[in-house]
Amino acid sequence: MSVLLEAKNVSKHFGGLKAVNDVSMNINKGEIFGIIGPNGAGKTTFFNVCSGIYAPTSGGIALEGKDISGFAPEKIARLGMARTFQNIQLFKYMTVLENVKIGFHIKTKTKMFDALLKTKKYREDEKLADEKGMQLLEYLGLEKLAATRAGNLAYGMQRKVEIARALATDPHILLLDEPAAGMNPNETVSLSEFIKKINGDGYTVAVIEHDMKFVMRTCHRIMVLNFGEKICEGTPETVQQDKLVNEAYFGEGRIARGEVMADGNA
Amino acid sequence: MNHVGKKMAELSMTVREFYEKYKKIILAAGVILCILLPFFIQSGYMNGIFCRILFYGTMAGALNVINGYSGQMCLGVAGFFAIGSYTEAILSTRFGLSMWACILLSGVISMLFGVILALPAKRLSGIYLSIITLGFSEVIRVVCLNWTGLTGGTSGIKDIPAPTLFGFVFSRPRHYFYIFLVLGILFLICTKRVVNSRIGRAWMSVREDELAARSLGVESGIYKITAFMYGTFWIGVIGAVYAPYVSFIDSTLFSLDTGWNVLAMLIIGGQGTLAGPMVGSVVINALTEVLRSFGDWRMVIYALLILVVMWVRPQGIAGASNSVLAGVKRKKESGEKTGEEAEQ
Repeated sequence: MSVLLEAKNVSKHFGGLKAVNDVSMNINKGEIFGIIGPNGAGKTTFFNVCSGIYAPTSGGIALEGKDISGFAPEKIARLGMARTFQNIQLFKYMTVLENVKIGFHIKTKTKMFDALLKTKKYREDEKLADEKGMQLLEYLGLEKLAATRAGNLAYGMQRKVEIARALATDPHILLLDEPAAGMNPNETVSLSEFIKKINGDGYTVAVIEHDMKFVMRTCHRIMVLNFGEKICEGTPETVQQDKLVNEAYFGEGRIARGEVMADGNA
Repeated sequence: MNHVGKKMAELSMTVREFYEKYKKIILAAGVILCILLPFFIQSGYMNGIFCRILFYGTMAGALNVINGYSGQMCLGVAGFFAIGSYTEAILSTRFGLSMWACILLSGVISMLFGVILALPAKRLSGIYLSIITLGFSEVIRVVCLNWTGLTGGTSGIKDIPAPTLFGFVFSRPRHYFYIFLVLGILFLICTKRVVNSRIGRAWMSVREDELAARSLGVESGIYKITAFMYGTFWIGVIGAVYAPYVSFIDSTLFSLDTGWNVLAMLIIGGQGTLAGPMVGSVVINALTEVLRSFGDWRMVIYALLILVVMWVRPQGIAGASNSVLAGVKRKKESGEKTGEEAEQ
């Protein structure tokens, strides 16, 4: 399997705070890769470094072998990486279809001149954005909501629209930041199915998540961060049995040693 | 007050539905009515008002692209207006260029200044950008006032030649009315096309959430600059026709008051809508005439009007009740279909 996204000794420091410290990671083509860790472990910061929102303090990111560390987000998006945000960042006052159409920005080429004269390119681009946009909404089962304002949707639906918008850029890798946050158990199950489905359709997915059941059910491989450092990486089974991971989540007390009943989902 | 707001929202919905249904007929009728207007009303005074409505409306529309669609905060309209006017005045009085050629040149020169001003806009936003554009407007005015060699300084530029077309001399307000009308319609057509294209969507995405837009590959910096270029080009164009229209220009015409005036029209009419700036221009210019006898108290009435509009209809008179500016409160009141309802 070829490596799609590679992080080499990535660090991101904010002054004295080492939010991400010396993290290396390989995401292979066709994988669902999970990133977990307690609150404040640096997961989202790591995503932000990968997608260009922050430049790494040291280390490098490579997408399909090309070094992209320090690139602007719009440039990285063009190279085939799309992402969603932890606190949903939809264009709330635009319709669902308009949101998705913006996702086609890098696939279309209309210039000011084309728009003013309604050239062939303009008409083709509009047709492409309209048709492909609707196709994409059908793919996610959102076609009935095309004309609804994104901000009016239920939370779970907004997450889906955000994924649809990211998929519109036709990414090689999709970064999902806590897609299950705020979802009920049923929604979480259907999200898991959905991620497996798009993975089956050829998208490589990296996902940050807190819901352990979700992660264990969905991901092929998992990386665990704690205090900005990578403490474990491997299959769900490996991670579940790892001593450091258990300590990071449950501490070293009696609950962790199984002497007291504890909910494994904590 | 909320009750009034609700009633207005309902009214605007019916008006909107009616408009959508008979769009082409209404627009055609509107244009024909505008063309015939100077034949029925021949007084120079009234035609002067019509001209003002048109050129202020177009300028407010151009500002709307910067402030309304791309969500920046430009307060420097008067500066670009001055650049457009002075370019035309200087080129036509010194080099004998015709106004028709100057229209394009003024637009381009105004646009160049727009690019220079927009470069910091790549990094600045909100109040900082406002301050820069405000300062720019004043700098331009002060330069016009003091660079006597180029702009005539305090004595301004007089005897700006009237444009001619196939031997016809545009000498009266009702002649200029047609120039402003053509420019206004041209502006609306162009802007409608651009706004409904990839470029317009990119502008709006930057306005709504810059980070999300960038992560989708929208080069936010470039689109902020193109919005500035597009808007300032049209302000320059209007300036170029304004110079021969008044035939005498000096720096007092381009004070900040002019800028506030245009901004007030935009806010009252509705930011981020095509019709809004024209509606705002009609309202403000009509009020200016009606309230002329009140003298300076007129300004107090403007202020009250803006306050009332911000309170009852924050999206402006022409703004849709579901626009970005309508605010959360109004959304719930208007009983709009929510996502959950729509799903069922």
